[in-house]
Amino acid sequence: MNARVASAPSRPGSTGPSLRQRVRTFSARHRSISVLIGMAAVTAFLPIMVLVPPFNSFSSQGVWLDGFTIAGIYVLLALGLNIVVGLSGLLDLGYAAFFAIGSYAFAFAASPFTGLDIPFWPMLLIGAVVAAVFGILLGAPTLRLRGDYLAIVTLGFGEIVPIVFLNSSTYTEGPNGIGGISPPSIGDFTFPSVGNPWPFYLTMIGLITISMILVYRLQDSRLGRAWMAIREDELAAAANGVNTVTTKLLAFALGASTAGLAGVFASSKLTLVSPNLFRFDVSFTVLAMVVLGGMGNIWGVAVGAFLVFLIQTVILKQLNVFFDNVQVPVLSDVDFLQYQFLLYGIALVAMMLIRPEGLFPSRRRRSELHGDEDQDFAELGDAMGASPE
Amino acid sequence: MTTTTMPAPAGAVDALRRMRIGPYLFVAALAVVVFVAIGPDQFVNALTVGAIYALVALGYTMVYGIIELINFAHGDVFMVGAFTAMFVLTSMLGQDPNASATSLPQALFLILTTFAIVMPVMGLLGVAIERFAYRPLRNAPRLAPLITAIGISFILQNIVQIIYGPSPVNTPQVIPPTATIQIGEFSIRIVVLFVIAVSVSLMIALQLFVSRTRLGRAMRSTAQDREAAQLMGVDINRTIALTFFIGSGLAGAAGIVQGFYYGNIVFILGFQAGLKAFTAAVLGGIGNITGAALGGFVIGFIETTAAAYGYNQWGQALVFAVLIITLVFRPTGLLGQQLGERA
Repeated sequence: MNARVASAPSRPGSTGPSLRQRVRTFSARHRSISVLIGMAAVTAFLPIMVLVPPFNSFSSQGVWLDGFTIAGIYVLLALGLNIVVGLSGLLDLGYAAFFAIGSYAFAFAASPFTGLDIPFWPMLLIGAVVAAVFGILLGAPTLRLRGDYLAIVTLGFGEIVPIVFLNSSTYTEGPNGIGGISPPSIGDFTFPSVGNPWPFYLTMIGLITISMILVYRLQDSRLGRAWMAIREDELAAAANGVNTVTTKLLAFALGASTAGLAGVFASSKLTLVSPNLFRFDVSFTVLAMVVLGGMGNIWGVAVGAFLVFLIQTVILKQLNVFFDNVQVPVLSDVDFLQYQFLLYGIALVAMMLIRPEGLFPSRRRRSELHGDEDQDFAELGDAMGASPE
Repeated sequence: MTTTTMPAPAGAVDALRRMRIGPYLFVAALAVVVFVAIGPDQFVNALTVGAIYALVALGYTMVYGIIELINFAHGDVFMVGAFTAMFVLTSMLGQDPNASATSLPQALFLILTTFAIVMPVMGLLGVAIERFAYRPLRNAPRLAPLITAIGISFILQNIVQIIYGPSPVNTPQVIPPTATIQIGEFSIRIVVLFVIAVSVSLMIALQLFVSRTRLGRAMRSTAQDREAAQLMGVDINRTIALTFFIGSGLAGAAGIVQGFYYGNIVFILGFQAGLKAFTAAVLGGIGNITGAALGGFVIGFIETTAAAYGYNQWGQALVFAVLIITLVFRPTGLLGQQLGERA
């Protein structure tokens, strides 16, 4: 920790650490506390934000909070995929498969279809474990593949899982999906699916907070350093005693378990699962969230996921309402719903062209991605010149 | 040095091994098995489907070979090609979408005009995509162009959906779908022969272009080592643009024959076909042109066989399962060793 703080660049003219630096130092020393503070601020800020213009022209607070809850599912997914792609450098293009497995796990556990009624809270853990097991099953034979080949295998897996759920009608009701899934409950209080969005919203915030703390802890642990070492250079990591197979499998399993967690929550929130909720576009959207947020940076990825989801699902869908409400001449006649994917695609391309390293790149990654060899040498030279003995 | 023994005279087995005939034998054996399993009619079907996948796969494999990008927009270029062909035939040439050509000269005229317009236009579309979505990101993190590729894919799909609507639309089957030609005892549909002939001749033309011409040599050298090629005076930007032009032009040709063969097209056909074609490219050994062609036919065999046995819905899952198994046991694909030597 101290090394990191010391290496933070200080401006030559300034005396003492700036506020920004002090915040950074604090958050580096007290990760869990700063996550708690940050998430508490977010929890309080979002419901208030949607009451002021321009956000209140889109929809009411309840609808917004519902949207935020669904956005939270994607934030969880992005946090999990960040372990695989951002921290460990393994490209996973079929991440939605684990999301599907978690969702169906809860659908089997608590719906009229199977007649079971296992409560939500233990199922969060069980769903995560089930997804992790599938992650290991997929990862064990395939993780020795390098780079893009792994990406293709995961892409294939991501396609196979929904097809299996789609075609095994006897066990999954096929394309209709499984409905009537129980919502969570605490004691006698059952979470309402319409009307009061707060219970789901707060649960989601809680899940995200716990996941973020865990991921931060993991990132700073021996395992996290091993992941980053593998991302930088697998051969060098192996030569330094990192067990690459176990380390990569753990990344896969932990990433999958986060998706499983998100899946359990999602099926309980939506009370319905069906195979076409988990097609490749989900995998790609989550990947876009991770890349746009800034791979490897946990807060960045969470914010990226939130923004992409808002753009894709709330803003693009509500543009009609928005322009109708504020009476912009030409724009209120355009049917934006029709152009949803066009605008989403343009947004993806534009954001990538403007900031290829993502909105909030992690510091380590930023230096790495912008540093071709010459720059590395230049930095090395600076470092040596800056501290002459 | 003097102590090294001369290599023993190569036996017949070694000679065969050096010709690297194994993968071809494997595909031929698979073809025989499939032929026996599903009969001649379905087999011809499998060849046709495979030929279309192979044409699309060529674009994937060329682009991956040269800039190591999984070009997810390529399947949608194929789809746009199919729709452009429909536009050319119906709006420009006045063909009824439900009718075929009535005479041989008319058919030839329609076919040649469509190919002459659609292939270059799709080629230019590919070049434009490369210019605006990939070239600015050439030195960016590797995942950045992947995301723009996905973005472009969404854009192309949405544009076509806005223009032609979400449901399948009919496109002129210029060659009458029922017309057959008698070869000995078998009667084969002419459209099938046409699709296979177009695909195979385009593949041969591409192979000759890449292996024999100056521009082809520039492409190969850029794929091998971009910086070294640049030092040797290869214009990298032009070569990559050319790769996209050819790959997208071939996807356009695949789109044309797709319309001719099936008679209806839909805006989402690109993504699924793209995934399968990409699988074909990987099966064959990505970066390898002959491999992509072989892979396309293998995918056609698998899918048609599954459909012939009544497992139509499972065909796609089976294709991906085969892909995973192939990659686990032979990670470089059927012809991948050539890539290994280059890398």
